[in-house]
Parts: sequence; C-alpha cells; structure tokens
Amino acid sequence: MVSAALKTAPASAGVEIAIRDVSHSFDLEGAPLPVLENVGLTAARGEFVALLGPSGCGKSTLLRLVAGLEPPTKGEVAADGQRIAGPDPSRVVVFQDPTLFPWRNVRDNVSLGLEAQGLLKTSGARIDATLRLVGLENFAKAFPHQLSGGMAQRVALARALVNDPDLLILDEPLGKLDSLTRLSMQGEIVNLWRRAGFTALLVTHDIEEALLMATRVVVFSARPASIKADIRIDKPYPRHRDDPDLVARRREILTLLGLDASW
Amino acid sequence: MSLASLDAARGAPDEAAFGAFASRASLGQSALALAAGAVWLGFAFLTLRWPDIGDWGRGPELAWAAAIFGGLLAAGGLFGGLWPRAAKRLRRSTPWFLVLGLFFSLWQAATAKSTLLPQPFFPPPHAMLEVFVDDWAKLAESVAASIRLEMLGFAAGASAGFVIGVLLGWSRAFGYWAHPVMRLIGPLPAIAWLPIAFFAFPSSWSASIFLIGLTTAFPVAILTWSGVASVNMAYYDVARTLGASPVFLIFKVAIPAALPHVFVGLFMGLGASFAVLVTAEMMGVKAGLGFYLQWAQGWAAYANMYAALLIMSLMCSGLVTLLFKLRDRVLSYQKADVKW
Repeated sequence: MVSAALKTAPASAGVEIAIRDVSHSFDLEGAPLPVLENVGLTAARGEFVALLGPSGCGKSTLLRLVAGLEPPTKGEVAADGQRIAGPDPSRVVVFQDPTLFPWRNVRDNVSLGLEAQGLLKTSGARIDATLRLVGLENFAKAFPHQLSGGMAQRVALARALVNDPDLLILDEPLGKLDSLTRLSMQGEIVNLWRRAGFTALLVTHDIEEALLMATRVVVFSARPASIKADIRIDKPYPRHRDDPDLVARRREILTLLGLDASW
Repeated sequence: MSLASLDAARGAPDEAAFGAFASRASLGQSALALAAGAVWLGFAFLTLRWPDIGDWGRGPELAWAAAIFGGLLAAGGLFGGLWPRAAKRLRRSTPWFLVLGLFFSLWQAATAKSTLLPQPFFPPPHAMLEVFVDDWAKLAESVAASIRLEMLGFAAGASAGFVIGVLLGWSRAFGYWAHPVMRLIGPLPAIAWLPIAFFAFPSSWSASIFLIGLTTAFPVAILTWSGVASVNMAYYDVARTLGASPVFLIFKVAIPAALPHVFVGLFMGLGASFAVLVTAEMMGVKAGLGFYLQWAQGWAAYANMYAALLIMSLMCSGLVTLLFKLRDRVLSYQKADVKW
C-alpha cells in the first residue's frame, strides 16, 4: 500500500540550504537580545541534519529563518543559491505542537497547503495517498480533538508532506509525545525521508534521537547560539540505540554540552 | 414472573414489555403521573364548580382542557408501559406537570374564586385563555411584526459588528480611527438615541432598525475583535509556510478561529437588542408586541398584557434557541460547553 501511495507522489530531489554568517537578535523592551551569533552551516541536498543544543539556545529561531518566517538581522539564508525572502510551500515546517486547525477535519487539515496554493481540485488522490502514508486513511473525517497526540502529529506530518517539499523543517516534532510513540515515529520519519529524498532539518534536544535519525549532528552552544561541533554519522539505517559507535558519540556530545558528569 | 424475566426487565427497563409494573422505579413514575393527573383533574373541578367572583369568559373551556390533560396524564401513568418510548420522553416532564397543575389551581383560587389578589390587576387563567382564543389574530400579527423588526436590525447590526471586529483585529490603521469612536459610542445605551433617531430617520420603524443594529453591533464587534486578536499565532505560521496569501489568512484562518468568540458576541447582542425592540415598539413603532402591550395598558386590559408578556418571552427565548442551534451547527467540531 505504501509503495502504491508513493508512486502517486512525485519524488522531490531535496534542496541545498546555505546559512551564511547569520546573526539574529530579538528586540526585548528596547534592548537587543542576541540569539544567534555568526552561524554558518550548509545542508547538502537530501541530507538529514539534526541541530542539538541546550533548551532556549536559538535553534528554533534558526529554523524560523530557514522557513522564511522572519528575516535574519545579519547574514543570509539561501536555498539552492537563492536568498530566502519569505515562506514558501517547498519548505514546510512541522512544529512541536501539531497546531491542527480544530475546525477542519483530518483530511481538510492535510489539504490546507494545497488549498492555499489553489491546487485543491486536482490533488484529491495525492491527499488520500499521503493519509495512507502516515496510516490515517481511516481517520480522514475525524476532528483534531478526537485524535491522540501521536495521531495529531502524524496529521501535521501529512499536512507538510502532501506539498512534496524539498525541505522538511522539524522543530522538535516529537518533543511532546510519549516515549513509545516517539520511538515508532522516529523510525517512520526516517523511512519517509529515505523514500522521498527531501532535505531535513531537525531541531531536538534528545541526543539519542539525533543520533538515530540524522546523517549529521550539529551541536550548538548556549545562547547566543554558535556552532560547537559538526559530527557526521555514517551509519546505515535502521540504527540501534545500543550500537557501540552511537553510544560513544553520545558520550562525546554530552561532554560538548557539559553534561558528561551528570550520567 | 420468573427470575429470568425479572432480570431482563431490570437489565433493559425501557424495552420491558411488562410495562409500568416491571420495576419499583417505574412504579414510582406511575404514581407520580397519577398524582399529576389528579392535580389537573382537581384544577378542572375547581374551575368549573367553585363560582367565579367576577365575569371572565372561557372558564368551562379551560376546565375541560385541564380535565382532558389530567385524564391523559393519569392514563399515561397506568398504561405508559405499552408505549415505553413515548412514556420515557414524557417522564422527564411529569414533575413539572404536577407543579404547574398546583400553580394553576392556586392562581385560580387567588384570583377568580377569592379576593386574595386585587382585581382587575391579576386576571385568572381563563381570562388569559380568552385573550389567546379571541385575540390570536392580532397577537400573531404583533409577533410577526416584532420578529421582522428584530431580525432586520439584528442582521444589520451583526453584519456591521462582524466586519468592524475583523477589521479591528486585522488592521492597525483601522483600529487607530475606529477604536476611540467605539469606546465613545459603544457603551452608550442605544435607547438614549431614541429621541434623536425618531426625527433623524424617515420613520420610527427605520429608526428602530438602526437602534437595534447599534445595540447588536457593539458586543459583536468587540467579541469578534478579541476573537481575531487571540488567534494562536502558530496557526498563521503554519498557513504561511504552506503558501497562504493574506486573504487566505483572514478568511480561512482568522475568521474560523474567531467564530466561537463571535457567537458569544451574537448572543450578547441579541439579548441586549430585545430591550431596544420592546422600547422602540412602545415609544413609536405602531406594531409589534411592545405596541400591543402599551395598547393593552391603555385599555386597562390586564389579561391581554399578561398574554403579550408570555408570548414575548416565548419569542425571545425562541430566537435565542435558534441562535444556539445555529452555533451548534457551525461549531459542530467543538464539544458544546453551554447548553441552552
């Protein structure tokens, strides 16, 4: 069923994301609060990059800049060499909260992007295929308040994937789920990424999650965030959390974050 | 009756073919229905046999209607088990029927049968029945006129308030100009405009539409505004990353998200507008229930006044019910929090 669903969705080739010397600060009652400092990072086409760092360090802000929701105070973010000036449905975000529209049922939530782009009439099959992809074909008519946390986040994932994005931005998408749902969805997201070939940026503060899912883990310092380490994870999927290499990497990252003594 | 059938009756009392005598609970229900029937029969007897101290029409008709109702209640208590579904629906109302029967009896005794309450200010129930039976055409005409006026004013005010509210929530420039004006005019009771409105408008009828609209518009605008302003900002982020235009953000995000607030505003506006409706009809509009009330007072026709009051409250309550039904339909995705 999954392979049939995938045939109807054209495979995207991903996009190269270049973050060039970006600094960003918020205006806090007149005084600037710096959140990002001289961040430079390039994600190649089809790469899965995890951004790890202490809570509140500015990783999510970086994602908002990449999504085009805000312009950076300094520096530039580019997609395939083109400066990102605003949001675009080729770069979609899955937030920590599913933020489904409660007045729309599951199917209408998933079709939100296509409706906004005026593609609704021609893409019925695509919506159905995406619902099957996340295993929610039987819940098309359900309303968000009837869904569990994991199901709601699956709908949010489908709402993003139905647009066939070149870049999927994941802002702690599994942060509020129970640990079992979390484990299964980590695997699901990796499978979806491997099949569709988009570039993925994942913000998380779960080191294990980053190591299990990403091809690269970028470690940030505390606010204002700058890059402390950029670690390549050349391990085939599915990965196992007890893999001695990954355990060693985890220790390495904990040390970088100054938490090695606490475990 | 075997034990097994007893169990079956207890397990599914509504479907039990044993009827009213299947369980202790339904025995109590039957007794209550019988008591209610007896009260209504007593009311009928009292109306018919205790001579009136004055001259009021429709006494016998009321007595016979009450007797038939009482008889039906008693019959329902005895044989309700034969129609379990209908009986179940009526059962909820039985205590009310009983208390209403007592109330009617007391009312009758205190007004038509004794001098407990001064006449002609407190007419007996059969005097009110006389109004309903003999003057129904004029009452119906008044209700139609009132509803027409109310609906026109409410629709105009609700639409204007909604548009103003959305603009206030969306546009800073509009807010800059509209907000001070609203703060000045909004809290002013619309009735205060009455003398001015009656000469500024071509007719008292159109003036009343304006005043009802004004009263409705204020709460609708404020609540719509607060609804639009309190929309979760993440909804906009989601929609924008999915390619939404500003028009899409207003009509497909802001407005649907604000609708629960809008309905609170509509409810408040509707309630406030009834006061303006009745006042306007009493002061200038020569039609409607308010006018009927005023006219009845002029003739010291107290029974007509009570009859008009009763119909007026049924009308207002009915309109609120309609609004809640509409809300439940539009907001069916929600679990309803307030039942009307």
